Amino acid sequence: MRAITAGDGVTLVAVAGGAVLLAVLNLATAPDAALHVPSFVLPLAGKYLCYAMLALAVDLVWGFAGILSLGHAAFFALGGYAMGMYLMREIGTRGVYGNATLPDFMVFLNWTRLPWYWHGFDMFWFACVMVALVPGVLALVFGYLAFRSRVSGVYLSIITQALTYALLLAFFRNDMGFGGNNGMTDFKDILGLPLHADATRAGLLILTASFLCAQLLLARALVRSRFGKVLIAVRDAESRVRFLGYRPESYKLVVWVISAVMAAIGGALYVPQVGIINPSEFSPANSIEAVIWVAVGGRGTLVGAILGAVLVNLGKTYFTGALPELWLYALGGLFVVVTLLLPNGVLGLLRRRGAGNGAVPTPLPVGEQPT
Amino acid sequence: MTEPIGTASDTLLYLNGVTVSFDGFRALNGLSLVLDPGEMRAVIGPNGAGKTTMMDVITGKTRPDEGEVIYREHTDLTALDEADIAALGIGRKFQKPTVFEMHTVWDNLLLALAGDRSPAHTMFGRAPAHERTRIEEVLATTRLIEHRARRAGDLSHGQKQWLEIGMLLAQEPQLLLVDEPVAGMTDAETEATAELLRAINRTRSVVVVEHDMAFVRALGVKVTVLHEGSVLSEGSIDHVSSDPRVIEVYLGR
Repeated sequence: MRAITAGDGVTLVAVAGGAVLLAVLNLATAPDAALHVPSFVLPLAGKYLCYAMLALAVDLVWGFAGILSLGHAAFFALGGYAMGMYLMREIGTRGVYGNATLPDFMVFLNWTRLPWYWHGFDMFWFACVMVALVPGVLALVFGYLAFRSRVSGVYLSIITQALTYALLLAFFRNDMGFGGNNGMTDFKDILGLPLHADATRAGLLILTASFLCAQLLLARALVRSRFGKVLIAVRDAESRVRFLGYRPESYKLVVWVISAVMAAIGGALYVPQVGIINPSEFSPANSIEAVIWVAVGGRGTLVGAILGAVLVNLGKTYFTGALPELWLYALGGLFVVVTLLLPNGVLGLLRRRGAGNGAVPTPLPVGEQPT
Repeated sequence: MTEPIGTASDTLLYLNGVTVSFDGFRALNGLSLVLDPGEMRAVIGPNGAGKTTMMDVITGKTRPDEGEVIYREHTDLTALDEADIAALGIGRKFQKPTVFEMHTVWDNLLLALAGDRSPAHTMFGRAPAHERTRIEEVLATTRLIEHRARRAGDLSHGQKQWLEIGMLLAQEPQLLLVDEPVAGMTDAETEATAELLRAINRTRSVVVVEHDMAFVRALGVKVTVLHEGSVLSEGSIDHVSSDPRVIEVYLGR
């Protein structure tokens, strides 16, 4: 069996090639050249790819283990906050108040000392460890309790939603020490490189594309392994798996934590590119939107998650610019149309077309886990 | 521990006074049953007699309110969960064939193969060479050789039943619990299934729950009749079918 599918190959080439192409067309062409890519496009494309990581993470647990998470954006946001804390410390004396250690919002709140959980974030490597560690540990604790108690289906979805909502409320509070309602912004540079420079933006875009490609390969290896086969079996017939002697809760926990860390890495790359992180990233609607991306692209296909995230967000960028009032209706309508007419998403449609041309259709996972 | 029937030492499975209630309804009512090593036992009874609940108790799906379930002299199954019990060598086939529909026949058997069940092993472990041979053997026994690459969801009903029996075999259990293996099968398939179970019984103990009296007769083994959660009659098929209480339960209403 080949290690990756044809769809993976196309996706890897499109993501990596697209990122490099955009970067080159931005950096190597004159601003008035016909092929010049304006600078704002680079972080925008990077943002889409970060969302694609979140979608990939959702698809890994939803499409392959049957865990419908409606709170995955929480892990994305936590990864983002960890990176945001590093970027805040990196500002140093260039802040409005010129305080070398305290970020502006702390000075504004008349704080005199850095809270203990902000220590170490002046070091990039430390922030990178925290990007994975904090969401990973949260997912481990949450997943351990939920899966051990055999909470599944709608009930699990509801508590994931509650998790992200609780974090939203907590991060809104000023005394939590994460900038409250305003969150963190006004970042200057990352590892000494100015964030507003085109070269830094191009580098971040290519880095994001590389991480996305690596995550796709990792997720594919995971679902192709015997571990992945057990996961699919858990999704389709959990009690049967139990009677074979497996512990579905352990399998769910492992994939849940991996997925949370994948989403968190997406969040960490998102923050330097969009330049802000605030509690709205925890909003339940964000997590639900991520599920829609996966459904639109094609659940249980990995590639579909990436495709869906990019397509829907392109649509969102267009709609919120051209017809802002209509975006939510368009998104809701899209979800209804996909659910009713395209149960396997856009990818399912493409594959059906492909099958008509004599290609061999890959069996797609269909059917919801009974709840 | 009181031992009303024999001693536990020469038994494989020993149910003693097992009671299970669901909202006041006694699905099992002081059920006691002894299974010898290497035995094949047929369990029959009208709907609601407690046959499936009995399977649930043995495999850890349901915890009894009272009573004990002893496996091999001293393991109390009521304290263990499904995965532990499966690891002890007790395999179960469900009433409705439950195979992994999205997986191929081969992968269904692969997942069922005896071995380390931990995520770390399935993620990083190397597949031992003898696994292929073992799967080939099971495919041959269950007549699924030509179907190995098909998706289990595309198999016929009878083939799914056989695949599930194959999965049980791949687990290499000491005791097989088989719930209505011939439901929905053709006569030829039923006959072949009886033959398969007899072949399995040469090396393993088997408990078969079945409605089909012709099939039970074809197995030719000791029969336990359940009624309202306890044993009504036990013995050869001729003995139980001439038992007036059994006749009354089966025909009297």
